[in-house]
Amino acid sequence: MICLDLFLIFLKVGAVSFGGGYGMISLIRDEVVSHGWMSEEMLMNLIAVSESTPGPIAVNVATFVGSSQAGVLGALCATVGVVLPSFFIILLIAAILRNLLKYAGVQAVLGGIRPGIVAMVLGTGLTMLLSTVLGFSSFGQGMSFDWRALVILVLLVVALFVFKKWRKHEPSPILLILIAAACGMGLYAIPI
Amino acid sequence: MQKQKEKRERAGLRRLLVLALSFLKIGLFTFGGGYAMIALIQKEFVAKKKWVGEEEFLDMVAIAESTPGPLAINSATYIGYKAGGVWGAAVSTLCVCIPAFLIIYLISLFFDAFLQLTLVNYAFKGIQVAVVFLILNAGWKMLKQMKKNAFNLILFCGVFGCLVGFSVFAVDFSTLFYILICGACGLAVYLTVLVAKRRKARSEPTMQGNAALSEKTKDVPEKTEQNGSVEEETDASRQGEPQKGERTPEKEGESK
Repeated sequence: MICLDLFLIFLKVGAVSFGGGYGMISLIRDEVVSHGWMSEEMLMNLIAVSESTPGPIAVNVATFVGSSQAGVLGALCATVGVVLPSFFIILLIAAILRNLLKYAGVQAVLGGIRPGIVAMVLGTGLTMLLSTVLGFSSFGQGMSFDWRALVILVLLVVALFVFKKWRKHEPSPILLILIAAACGMGLYAIPI
Repeated sequence: MQKQKEKRERAGLRRLLVLALSFLKIGLFTFGGGYAMIALIQKEFVAKKKWVGEEEFLDMVAIAESTPGPLAINSATYIGYKAGGVWGAAVSTLCVCIPAFLIIYLISLFFDAFLQLTLVNYAFKGIQVAVVFLILNAGWKMLKQMKKNAFNLILFCGVFGCLVGFSVFAVDFSTLFYILICGACGLAVYLTVLVAKRRKARSEPTMQGNAALSEKTKDVPEKTEQNGSVEEETDASRQGEPQKGERTPEKEGESK
């Protein structure tokens, strides 16, 4: 029952995803790859689209993954699953346990989770970097250097610095995605 | 009596409708993450409709940031509850998700076919690099903001090392465990410090007297690391969160 699977798995993701959208992505990637639902590349495509459309990235990714696995029902199950835990937790806090977050014990748990989330986001970023630029996923699986990916990465870093210098703020994610898309179209068309 | 009840019911329903429409609109126009939505919610419900007070709104943001789930959704749930009880919360949450859900679902129907086009395929190869970049950039910013005390650094390095290590050696270890273990560590450290403090307090019933003072100053260098990390933990969790009311009993004891 794929729909039930989707629901339960995204329920799990939704219950422990602290640290905003990128924290959740780390968890989602884990689940998607371990269940073999789609390749990591495809997931990254979904993430990009989810960043560019309205709505929180985490929910969009859930909807997208659900839809890819089991159509509209899958999309519903995944989305409902990912939203449900936080819905109940907020209700609980708003209605009854107003001061839940002020208990030192709760703060201690949250304080422990925080560095973990940072590590998870960076760790996921690094493994994705290895697989995108070096084609490397794990020892014994070989690797293949993708020079175009490296070029695009460098260009993005440059774009970030230039933007910060000129405009005093970071470029929006959508802009970076568009730049990368344009570069991709240009570079991957070169037949080397 | 019956008429009053009906009137109240209609007012309640009207409120739900307003919540629904407002959050449908907010859900449709929020790009770029939760904080944009917070601004919209503030404009609509605090400034315009005055259904939520300014201070309570800030409290809510702090809560929505610390609980699991996207900031945007949590805020919608909270505001919905304040404005219309459990039904209000349900309606708000549902409506804030609907626009995004429909858009993504529609895109998903055509996406595979879209990717078959060579140029689109190439574009997305580039886009994958952008996604990696965005994730690393986000993580880097989080790292810069993270307080660099012993506790945080140990947990960070531990989780980071394990995550990358397990990945390159193809070991299957659910990321869920990292979160649970980190939370448990946080709690363990807190309880350890608490127990140590109680023990110290019990062995020194009087706070006055030079003897007690000199013993305290002897203890302080060893303890500062742990105490510091508890304080910094609670400090780190206060980043950007205006926590009101009674803080932890620890804090009151700490303020010397």
